Amino acid sequence: MADKLFGLIDLNWRFELTKFKLIRNLFKSRWFPLLAIIFNLFIFVIILISGLIGGFSAGNYNFGIMIVWILWWVMLMFILVPIFSRAWCLMCPFPVFSDWLQRGALFVVTGLKLKGLGLKWPKALKNMWVMNILFLVTTFFSGFFTVRPLATFILLGGIILLAFLIGLVFEKRSFCLYVCPVSGFQGLYSQFAMAEVRRKDPEICKNHKVKTCYVGNECGYGCPWMLTPFNFTKNTYCGMCLECFKSCPHDNMAFNLRPPGVDLLVDEKRGLDEAWKAFIMLGIAMVFFLTMQGPWGFLKDWVRGTSLKGYLTFISLHTAFSLLIVPAIFLVFSYLSKSFSGAKEVSLKKIFTNFSYTLVPLGLGVWIAFSVGIVLPNGSYILHIISDPFAWGWNLFGTRSVPWTPVFTGALGHLQGAVLIVFYLFSLAYGARLSRQTYPTEEQAKRGWIPILIFLTLATLAFLWLYIG
Amino acid sequence: MKLRKNILIISSFIVYGLWFMPGSAQAAERFFEIKAKKFSYTPNIINVNRGDTVKIRLLSEDVHHGFFVDGYGIKTSAHPGMEGSLKFIADKAGRYTFRCSVTCGEFHPYMVGYLVVGPNSRFWLYAAIVLVIGIGSLITLNRARKTNG
Ligand code: SF4
Ligand code: SF4
Ligand SMILES: [Cu+2]
Repeated sequence: MADKLFGLIDLNWRFELTKFKLIRNLFKSRWFPLLAIIFNLFIFVIILISGLIGGFSAGNYNFGIMIVWILWWVMLMFILVPIFSRAWCLMCPFPVFSDWLQRGALFVVTGLKLKGLGLKWPKALKNMWVMNILFLVTTFFSGFFTVRPLATFILLGGIILLAFLIGLVFEKRSFCLYVCPVSGFQGLYSQFAMAEVRRKDPEICKNHKVKTCYVGNECGYGCPWMLTPFNFTKNTYCGMCLECFKSCPHDNMAFNLRPPGVDLLVDEKRGLDEAWKAFIMLGIAMVFFLTMQGPWGFLKDWVRGTSLKGYLTFISLHTAFSLLIVPAIFLVFSYLSKSFSGAKEVSLKKIFTNFSYTLVPLGLGVWIAFSVGIVLPNGSYILHIISDPFAWGWNLFGTRSVPWTPVFTGALGHLQGAVLIVFYLFSLAYGARLSRQTYPTEEQAKRGWIPILIFLTLATLAFLWLYIG
Repeated sequence: MKLRKNILIISSFIVYGLWFMPGSAQAAERFFEIKAKKFSYTPNIINVNRGDTVKIRLLSEDVHHGFFVDGYGIKTSAHPGMEGSLKFIADKAGRYTFRCSVTCGEFHPYMVGYLVVGPNSRFWLYAAIVLVIGIGSLITLNRARKTNG
């Protein structure tokens, strides 16, 4: 019998978008996604320039601040990640210079031998830990780069520079896989996404002896994300660069629409690194809400560093909360799950890790609800800054003098409440299935699920209270 | 099936009741003097009951600050030494953010406070839905498995 999400959507349902010739040809063209990357490069150059010019001024009338922290961030959380997986990585300009350097060309395929040192990424670091720490450390400066143009300049400039340097030394997209601060949560949450790149027919792959999607050919490079396109099973590390569409001579790669969240059930490469990513994202959401959408002035003074003591307090509490307290609470509930289930043979680590994937839908919901609270009040600044990106008095689109206009903020509470509930439902739906994966018998799964269900309910209520209570 | 129906009935009662929950106290006139200073308000949370007439006097302690109330769409502003004022009837229940509407410095977009118009039926509504879903899912899961196996 087909396993149906909410009794409605068959989890195996797929709709292949690339069966349409137009899309297939687009994906196979070397112009795509290159043109999108170049377009974004152009936007990011403007962002960097405006960041530099804007200096220390207030950020709400700055192009860089508004495009990055309102438009881009919201697009990531609302559309790109939950619907299209790593669609941002598809068009991301950050690693374009290292790709260029490694390949010796932007457009054509130059050959199978890549330039640069091409070292292998250290095995011990082939996980999310570097990204986890880097992302957390980045948020230490949230009180600066979300409001000070120069800080955004430094942050983005730093990421682009780092991408280039790492591309110089390490092979292919090592930076994207293991370092990029934006990569970790995209990877984690893209498991929820409603789109995927996958191979179509395993038989065709089996008979294709030279795996050109992996090694490359004259039409495309071997997977820059070092996946094996012919058999990978979850979205986390597929950067949607579309090279495999170009390098597969049998047109055996597909871009599918699918029910949200199915990768959460894929028991492959699950680990504590991804679990911690989920905890960190929850912790950061809470801290960001408290400091940005909360009414407490002293917290704002902490994060913007008006006193060293306050700032250090913020960093320590934030770190302790995200890295220790949230996981510790989850550990307690995992332990309860184990004892409730009565399954002695299942290790606590497995229970803890498997159930941590229930935090993916919940976390995504928490971030979407947070982002609604940022974009509705502040979105109207975007009209101003696109007309006058450098604050030079330009009026490119005639929208320079649009005043600050909060949009639907009266309904904010309802939107946030509804979003949390929708994603809570997804967490429950997948949680119950994860429980069946974790415990050997139905009975154990049923009982072991109860503490986790309670945790998810309490966590949802906590965020609900924080956001609208 | 019967159980599911019961859950549905009970939960719709809860939701319905919360939605129309009357203001507990008599409507009154409430007065608040709010001081604005980069980047917060004092008091930062004001509690009133639905139906109250709310009068606000806004004072600024440093630069020009604004005061816009989500959901009510009204605003005022204050310069140091030049106060602003606002009067409205708090007829919408729930927690609404009031925010600075005048760019006053780098943290301006995050200069906010809360107006809580009690009872906060919005919160209780969603909290009730969460609880109903949680408990409901537990019961249906258990039943489904019993009948299956
Ligand atoms: S991982 Fe980071 S740098 Fe790489 S494509 Fe994605 S966002 Fe860009
Ligand atoms: S499998 Fe590899 S080559 Fe194919 S789209 Fe994903 S990252 Fe690119
Ligand atoms: Cu202000």
